[in-house]
Amino acid sequence: MKMLATTDLSPDMTAQARRVGPPILKVEHLSREFGGVLAIGDLSFSIASGDIHSIIGPNGAGKTTLFNLVTGVYKPSGGRVLFDGADVSGMAPYKLAARGMSRTFQNLQIFFNMTALENVMVGRHLHLNTRLLPALFRVPSLVRKDREAKDRAAQLMADVGLEKYVDADAASMPYGALKRLEIARALASEPKLLLLDEPAAGLNATESREIDEVIKTVAAGGVTIVLVEHDMKMVMGISHRITALNQGRMLAEGTPQEVGANPDVIAAYLGAAP
Amino acid sequence: MNALLHGRLTGLLALGAVIAVLPAFLPNNFYLDIAILAGFNAVVCVGLNLLIGYAGQISLGHAGFFGIGAYASGVLVGTYGWPPIVALLAGAVFVGLLAFLVAKPILRLKGHYLAMATLGIGIIVSIVLRTESGLTGGPDGMMVEPFRIFGVELYGEKVWYWVVGVLLVGVVWLSLNLIDSPMGRALRAVHGSEVAAEVVGVDTARFKVLVFVLSAVFASVAGSLFAHYAGLITPAKADFFKSIELVTMVVFGGMASTFGAVVGAVVLTLLPQALTMFQDYQQIVLGGILMATMVFMPKGLLPTLAALLPARRRA
Repeated sequence: MKMLATTDLSPDMTAQARRVGPPILKVEHLSREFGGVLAIGDLSFSIASGDIHSIIGPNGAGKTTLFNLVTGVYKPSGGRVLFDGADVSGMAPYKLAARGMSRTFQNLQIFFNMTALENVMVGRHLHLNTRLLPALFRVPSLVRKDREAKDRAAQLMADVGLEKYVDADAASMPYGALKRLEIARALASEPKLLLLDEPAAGLNATESREIDEVIKTVAAGGVTIVLVEHDMKMVMGISHRITALNQGRMLAEGTPQEVGANPDVIAAYLGAAP
Repeated sequence: MNALLHGRLTGLLALGAVIAVLPAFLPNNFYLDIAILAGFNAVVCVGLNLLIGYAGQISLGHAGFFGIGAYASGVLVGTYGWPPIVALLAGAVFVGLLAFLVAKPILRLKGHYLAMATLGIGIIVSIVLRTESGLTGGPDGMMVEPFRIFGVELYGEKVWYWVVGVLLVGVVWLSLNLIDSPMGRALRAVHGSEVAAEVVGVDTARFKVLVFVLSAVFASVAGSLFAHYAGLITPAKADFFKSIELVTMVVFGGMASTFGAVVGAVVLTLLPQALTMFQDYQQIVLGGILMATMVFMPKGLLPTLAALLPARRRA
């Protein structure tokens, strides 16, 4: 909490100063069970366009399940997900990507059989000619656009601070760099909504602060961010709004200050007095 | 990019050069015949490598597609009098459709299940070829007419060597182009992480089906031409052991390496000739090679050798 007071960019102040955008993502009565165990139950909330919106909660609160429901990796047992006004419940992830939603993963999902740059270039997939015959015969327009994609991917790598790894094999890169590589790859698809699943997990304090900066820059570029993160310092420092979950249900929602002061949230994290 | 392009073309030129000068060192048609067989195997393996090496999907039934191509040419030309090139294309279209129909459901499977499903397809094809003896001649096989096009008959090892050589260079060129394209990257992404590929917009199911169909069509075309060259085809060319042989060639030569697939096909076509004393134990030797490759050089022959060279290609 000391952190909160000393941050220049006091998030609650910025939240008040900002014009709250229309909701880009709405979750209505969403639920998902696994063999009778309710991972997410009757959850409703919305995320305003342009926000950095964090989802917090203790382990097992259902944060990653929520991510997987929103991004189409899991199908909901009930309720629906609205993205940009359209019902996208259970829609395949690649279709969601075409509508402008991308994500990163808590457990890295890197293409280890490629170079770092190629990983990011896969992120340009939606913007390139991916048909078979032009590829087989290497038509000039495809080659030209591919070269542009390469430059763009290199620029994105530089944006997230990975310029020295451009030619590296992904398999040879350190953990912290791979975390950023996932962000660069997701950004390459030019998403409107980017979901980051624990981008700072396993990073040291310096690396974590650097990720912080990357996220702020991305958000400043107009991308709405949904963040699941355990690093409370980061969450409190960069979020415009926070939704706290516990056991698959909504516990609290509001600005970082409101949520940070909420007794239920404190109880869920530290354990309530019996 | 420049270095990559350079490397791409040098590899292709080197392959072309080897194919061009090789006949000068082959004393007679017996050796030319082996080179031709190696070439046919290489064409199939380059296609199969796109599926196994790049997209990371297994097929234990590709000899079935080779067999369908071969029999399509044998039956359509011999029995129905179709022009060979039309029969070849018809076989390729049929194999493409068949591969498309079976790929949709089976490529949702992974690992062992996919291996079993493709194995099943190969076995079904092989059984049909053996039992439909009215059409295929049954287990004894059938004679195939020579390949005629524009009034010219392709006949003899010397002619076929160049046909297969040009075909191989063409197929390698197509494969290199594909891999160095957005679709090629999508295929490799499917291998690397399907869910990560999906969230940046890659329709993984579509690309798995596409590469399966493409590799099956390569096998079919090779099968058709092989049938015309050999003049006789038997169901053994389509059976399980042939499928295993093809996979072994790809794995041995180097997965995710187009030239590796060529090298694997060439070496494992030559090997039985060099080791004629092991003739009765060919499957055992093949199995041993597959195991040893997985244990001692899991990346395959060519990538392992390349890694031993100084890292100048990276620069």
